[in-house]
Order: sequence, then C-alpha cells, then structure tokens
Amino acid sequence: MSSPVSRSLRETGFFLGVTFFVILAAFPFYWMVITAFKQNSDLYDITNTPFWFNEPPTLEHIKYLFEQTLFTRWLLNSLVIGLCVTAITLVTAVPAGYSLARMTSRKGEALGIMIFLTYLVPPTLLFLPLSRIIAVLGLQNSMWSLVLVYPTFTIPFCSWLLMGFFKALPVEIEEAAIVDGCSLFGAFIKMAIPLSVPAILTVVIFTFTLTLQEFVYALTFVSSSDQKPITLGVSTDLIRGDVFFWGEIMAGALIAAVPVAIAYNLFLDRFIAGITGGAVK
Amino acid sequence: MAAVLTRDIVKKFGEVPAVNGISLTVPDGEFMVLLGPSGCGKTTFLRIICGLEQQTSGDLLIGGHVVNDIPPRARGVAMMFQSYGLYPHYTVRNNIAFPLRTQRVPREEIQKKVDWASRLLGIGHLLDRRPRQLSGGERQRVALARALVREPTALLLDEPLSNLDAKLRTLARQEIKNFQQSVGLTTVYVTHDQVEAMGMGDRIAVIDHGRIRQVGTPTEIYEDPADLFVATFVGAPPMNVVTHNGGGYLGFRPENFLPRNMIEDGGATEFSFRVDRSEYLGSERIVYGVIADFDSSQPITAKLPPAHVAEASIHPGEWHRFAVKNSALRHFDAGGNRNTRH
Repeated sequence: MSSPVSRSLRETGFFLGVTFFVILAAFPFYWMVITAFKQNSDLYDITNTPFWFNEPPTLEHIKYLFEQTLFTRWLLNSLVIGLCVTAITLVTAVPAGYSLARMTSRKGEALGIMIFLTYLVPPTLLFLPLSRIIAVLGLQNSMWSLVLVYPTFTIPFCSWLLMGFFKALPVEIEEAAIVDGCSLFGAFIKMAIPLSVPAILTVVIFTFTLTLQEFVYALTFVSSSDQKPITLGVSTDLIRGDVFFWGEIMAGALIAAVPVAIAYNLFLDRFIAGITGGAVK
Repeated sequence: MAAVLTRDIVKKFGEVPAVNGISLTVPDGEFMVLLGPSGCGKTTFLRIICGLEQQTSGDLLIGGHVVNDIPPRARGVAMMFQSYGLYPHYTVRNNIAFPLRTQRVPREEIQKKVDWASRLLGIGHLLDRRPRQLSGGERQRVALARALVREPTALLLDEPLSNLDAKLRTLARQEIKNFQQSVGLTTVYVTHDQVEAMGMGDRIAVIDHGRIRQVGTPTEIYEDPADLFVATFVGAPPMNVVTHNGGGYLGFRPENFLPRNMIEDGGATEFSFRVDRSEYLGSERIVYGVIADFDSSQPITAKLPPAHVAEASIHPGEWHRFAVKNSALRHFDAGGNRNTRH
C-alpha cells in the first residue's frame, strides 16, 4: 500500500515529466506561429522579449508569400508530387507487402529483409548515382524527377509496414474466398485489401508526409523556382544571400504544416492501428 | 454431389512427406472421417482435395473427373475451416451469399438460397450482423450455411468443432450429422477427436504419418483394429497391449477386462491383476494396475460398471483374478499388424 503522500508525489512527477516533453515538442510550433504573424520591426528588435507579440500581429508575411513569390505554385507542386508518389507507392507496396507476407519460405523472409535494408541507405549516398539516372532520362530541373526518386525510399518502408500487417491477417479468410470461387487475385482484392484499410491509410499519410518534408533530393535535382516543392521554395527563394525572410519562411512552413496536422489527427486511431498491425485487434 | 476418389496422393514439403501415398474412395453421400493425431497429414490431405495445396504426385477425382490441375474455385467443393474463415467486413447475409456472387447467380436466386440456408440452420435473425457480433456456435452455423448455400459437390470440414465448448460441441455434432443425412452430401471430416469420429462417421480413415492405417465403419475400427496404432489410438482408455509369445502382442479393451466371476464360462483367459489405483467416473470405474507374467509399456486399465462391481470388492495393492473372453482378445504380430489366425 502506498501512502497518499507518495502517491501525490508520483503523480506530480508524472505530470512534470509530461509537461516537459509537451513543451519540448510544441515549442518549435509555437515559435513558428508567432514569428509568422509578427511585424518585421517587432521581429528584428533585439530589445523586445521574443516570446510574445510586442506590436500588433500582422498578415503581411502571408500576403507577401502569395503576392510576391511563387508560393502557390510550390504548394501545388508539392501536392502533385505527393499524390503521384503516394499512388506509385500504393500500387507497388501493397502487392509487394502481400506477397512477402504470404511467401512463408526462408527466401521470402530474406527478400523482405533485403527490401528493408535498402531503406537504410542514406539519400546523401544515393543522390550522386540517381542524378546520373535523372540526367539520362532528361528530367533534370523538373519536379517529375522527384516523382521518380521519392518512391525509392517510400516503397521499401511501406512494403515492410504492409507486410507486417498482412501477416497478422488470418490466411483462412483468403483461403475461404478462394474455395468459395475467387482466384488468388480476387481474394487479394476482395478480402486482403478491404481488411487492411488502416494499414493502407497509414501508408498514405506516411508517404505524403515524407514527400512533403523531403529536402536533399529536391535541392539536388531542382533549381528553377517554378519547379520547386514547398520545402525547397521556402528555404531557398526566401533566403537571399545572408538575408533571411524569417516572417515569410515561418508563414510558409505554417501553411504547409497545418493540413498534415489535421490529417494526422483525423486518422490518429487508424494510424496507430496501422503501425501496430494486428496487435491491437 | 459427387464421389471423391484419391489415388496414391503424395505431398512433400521439401523432402518431408506430409501425405505419403493415400488412396481413398468416398462414395457419393458418405460421411467420411479422417482421424489421426496432430501432424499426421490429415489436414494437408483435405487441403489437397479442395485445391489449396497441390499434391506432389497422385490423382484426385471428384465426380469421376480428374481435377488435379483444376483450381479450387472450379472444383465445386465447399470447405469449412477450423477458425471458420468468415469474412469480417461482410454481414452474415453477404458472407452466405458470397459463394453465389462469385458464380454470378442472379440476385433473386441468391436471396432465395440465402433464406433457405439460413432457415435450415436457424440463423435467419442474424443476417444483418457482422461475424464479430456472433457467438462461437453462431459463427459455426454461418460458416456451415456459407458452405452449403451453393450445393457443393463435396463438403470438407477441418476440425469444425474444436473452437466450441464441450456442451455446444455435442449439440453441433448432432446438427452437422443430421444435416448431412438430410441433404445427403458427400462429406470429408477431419478431426483428432475419436468421439467425433465414432459418433459421426459412416466410415473412418485412421491416418498416421501421412498413411492410412485402416478404413472402416466405427464398429470395424473399434472391434477389429488393423494394427497396434489403430488399437491404441481409438478408444478411451485405449486398448491394453501386452507382449505375448516372445515377439507378438495381445490386446484387449478395458471394458472386456473384468473380474473373473463376472464372465460366464466358455473360453476366457485369466490374468492376475494387481490394482494400483481406481477412478470413479459415475457411469464407470477405471481401475489401473499391472498384470502378472506379462510385460506392458502402459499401465493396464479395466473399465468396470459400478452397478455390478462394488467399490469394496476392489482393493488397491492386492491381486485380483480378472479375465478376458477369448473372443475379445486381439492378436498382433511382432510388427504390430493384426494377426487374424486367432
């Protein structure tokens, strides 16, 4: 039996710990939000306290983004890249994950591990050989080069993630469908896919977020402003020489982050179910 | 409905044979039980019949046609899995309708057949539920309805009762058997439970290590086991086996091993039986012990009717005069095969 004193001490410790990590995680977002709405004179006056508004908030940075830069174009580029990469990833990773899950031999397992290992090769090693391929295909300085390159890291991880999920699906369901008149492919479409919607949603969100935040490949392969995705556009076109347009940079980051945050929250439960596979069923 | 016939079916996983040459004929309308211990190859054999596994060699005929290379969906067989394999994202109605939909049966006919099958199994009130909202017994009936709805050539069941509790199992056993008799469906039923096998099968095929040890009616399997494996696998407690005449074996069922005075004269073999322990089970009393002058790897058991043998007459630790009618003795040769000369 624990005494009331030790229990309240433990609770206090728990909440102190949680508070610490919440602040640690949320502070950058807070910083981003207030910077996006601060006037320049407020922002660059080092005598002001930086943690709150010293002058009234303003929308001028956001206005500048939309009127004076190609921000809308970058947003659109990121959206198109994200959708294409997500589609490519789904079309390849879902069948790949399924095959790996149902190939129960040792070869199947080895293949699964090999696919996962490719995910561990860092982009900084890969962009040199990849740039040759991009050049040969005539995709230099085009956002379509990114549509081609991004699946190299989304497909391995997503195949692996889906493999874990498909393994947790009882194989009897598909076998019953096969005996009941489906082909193997029919059983996959009618049984395996509808039952793995949580995992597929996870893949969609994961892929979309990864492509949205990718920077190294975009910086390497794209240089024209109108072909840039948002990460690259904001951090290259809004830094001129050693002048940082902090207000605009933060406003751009905020606008790109909000839809993703909303999407995550909407699908949080399914997302967790997808990541943990069948374990929570 | 159709007869199922297999000729020398072999299935190897790598170098390991799971099914090692099974030839079996299941005539049209028969209830055939495949009985054997876990890992004996009976489920693999069933999966070969329905087409989920491809045999390494041998022929499979359904309704007189060789179906070796025909995919499961075209064989017209229905299978009920141990875990039922219901479709969790479909309602009960759609689960039952699924085999008809894949065959593009017209909508009105699907409706009619689903109603027929659900009425037959008494699950009409569950049609709009999903499998996870059903109890074990209800799931089992839905699985059975789904298996029957398209009037299969043969019904294959893989330990369908093992997920039910003991009471429900007895009930479901009756239902499946009644149902099979009324529809007259060729049925192959896999189980490791000898009570299910004895109670349901028209015939039983006892399987061990991928081979059939004996095929016969429940009575034949029990009364005239072909070898020591069948003799000791079927029956609870199993047949007593003692070494005899040097190399051979002598077997007798525990219920035939009785106090000498309970056996009327006319050919009985006497044994000296030392009782070690006795269990009272209500309808019977199981007595464990050893017999003099014979070797046995297992304790010898006797199944006594409590109504006729008073508890006071059996003293643990003492030697008693027991006997077996000669007609109830079974002789086996040194290789374990039945020796029919006796």
